[in-house]
Amino acid sequence: MKLKGRAIFKGKAEGQALVSSAPISFYGGVNPDTGEVVERGSELVGRSVRGRVLVFPHGKGSTVGSYVLYRLAKNGAAPCAIVNAKCETIVAVGAIISEIPCVDLVDVGKIRPGVRVRVDGATVEF
Amino acid sequence: MHLTREEERMVSGEQGHATRKAMQILVALGEIYDADRMVRVSSVQVSGVSYKNLGDAGLEFLSDLARDGRARVKTTLNPAGMSLTGWRSQGIEKGFAEKQLKVIEAYRKLGVEISCTCTPYLAGNEPSFGQHIAWGESSAVVYANSVIGARTNREGGPSALAASLTGRTPLYGLHIQENRVPTVAVDVEAQLRQPEDFAAMGYFVGKAVKDGIPYFRGVGRATLEDFKSLSAALASSGGVAMFHFEGLTPESGLGATGLEALTFTKKELAETDSTLNDEGKPDFVSVGCPHCSLTELATLARLLSGRRVKREFWVCCSGEVKRRGDDAGYSRLIERSGAKFALDTCMVVAPVEELGYRVVATNSAKACHYLRNAGLRVRFMPLEECVAEATRSD
Repeated sequence: MKLKGRAIFKGKAEGQALVSSAPISFYGGVNPDTGEVVERGSELVGRSVRGRVLVFPHGKGSTVGSYVLYRLAKNGAAPCAIVNAKCETIVAVGAIISEIPCVDLVDVGKIRPGVRVRVDGATVEF
Repeated sequence: MHLTREEERMVSGEQGHATRKAMQILVALGEIYDADRMVRVSSVQVSGVSYKNLGDAGLEFLSDLARDGRARVKTTLNPAGMSLTGWRSQGIEKGFAEKQLKVIEAYRKLGVEISCTCTPYLAGNEPSFGQHIAWGESSAVVYANSVIGARTNREGGPSALAASLTGRTPLYGLHIQENRVPTVAVDVEAQLRQPEDFAAMGYFVGKAVKDGIPYFRGVGRATLEDFKSLSAALASSGGVAMFHFEGLTPESGLGATGLEALTFTKKELAETDSTLNDEGKPDFVSVGCPHCSLTELATLARLLSGRRVKREFWVCCSGEVKRRGDDAGYSRLIERSGAKFALDTCMVVAPVEELGYRVVATNSAKACHYLRNAGLRVRFMPLEECVAEATRSD
């Protein structure tokens, strides 16, 4: 299937989908050194975002979360791409400063966990 | 989104790496929030200064931007995680201090004034009515929008810095008049006697209205300190960016009819006071969140004159206000009591939980909120009682 969204940060990437049906808080929710999700109550607890196409509705929490994405990228532990239903400031800024391809305005419910996803500009294919 | 020629040049990288990154951030935010164009800003307040929050990643990002980025408009800075010169006497660890000073160095290179205060409007960054600005620091955002009538969204660290490096911000949200109208009324029946009562009301209302714009009715007067405390509380329990006060704030005439109304009575005041109080005897007392005004320094000088504090007592304020306090003779009286000025920092952004304190007494609802998140117990009390608590012998 091919979905057309809006490119927040244009780029190409391919990886396995890691899907959260709930919003994600990067600050305090993801270990910036390892990429492991540590947010209590998250369905992804214990999973790593490293190298995955991270699919979730939108970000939440502190704006410091943008810096967490940057730190993940510097540590080689960042997702290879981000797909959101509706991107907000924290994730948008984080993706841009970390140069992580990011697309939003996509029906994220269609993407099954574990499938191979290709992101290219504003399109998401799986 | 329409970009001018110059803005196109910024985003193309013609004006350097930092400007390009900054413009990319602003364009993306403009697209997300449906802005038609950019608007020029007259001043910026940058948040994201304490190394406790930034970590190495934030430091690296700022150092990277500082290679060729420069502030294009007046830009001031939030408090740091320690006093820049007096960190040793605060008990701050050397490793932390070195990193914090590197963060400050990066900001200095970026052309940011090292003001280190959350009350820029008391320390030389004073916008006027109707001006577009891009401010981080949620309490200052609320104050600037509501009390001054300047226009800003709630910026995060990177988006405020991006506005500084380009002199622009996308035109959306509170930059547009029609988005500044109140969304909910608050009928104030409680008698508000002091800034701490306004803080408690802000804490209650922030929780109830989330990111709405409350319109307060039934209060005849309010001081700068009342509004400062209210602003901070509204933005910590909720995501409020602006409020109106009937007859007192400059845009209170904007369509306040037919609103749903909350009521704030002495019952809500008492309940909020009690939700902000934990068990335990304070071993640390701190005032000045947001940073103290000169009037508060005068009050502290009067209350502390001729007395000794028996436990750690921080008076948080900007270097600028402290200098005015020096001239007025207040600082000497405060310091003679054994109280310490915590300049450039505060109890929220300094690593207080690592300094060995367990129960903090403060007159700030905002500080109670964040100190609790950091694992400390809190006691919320008026300024006068904070002094009594600090000077009590036992």
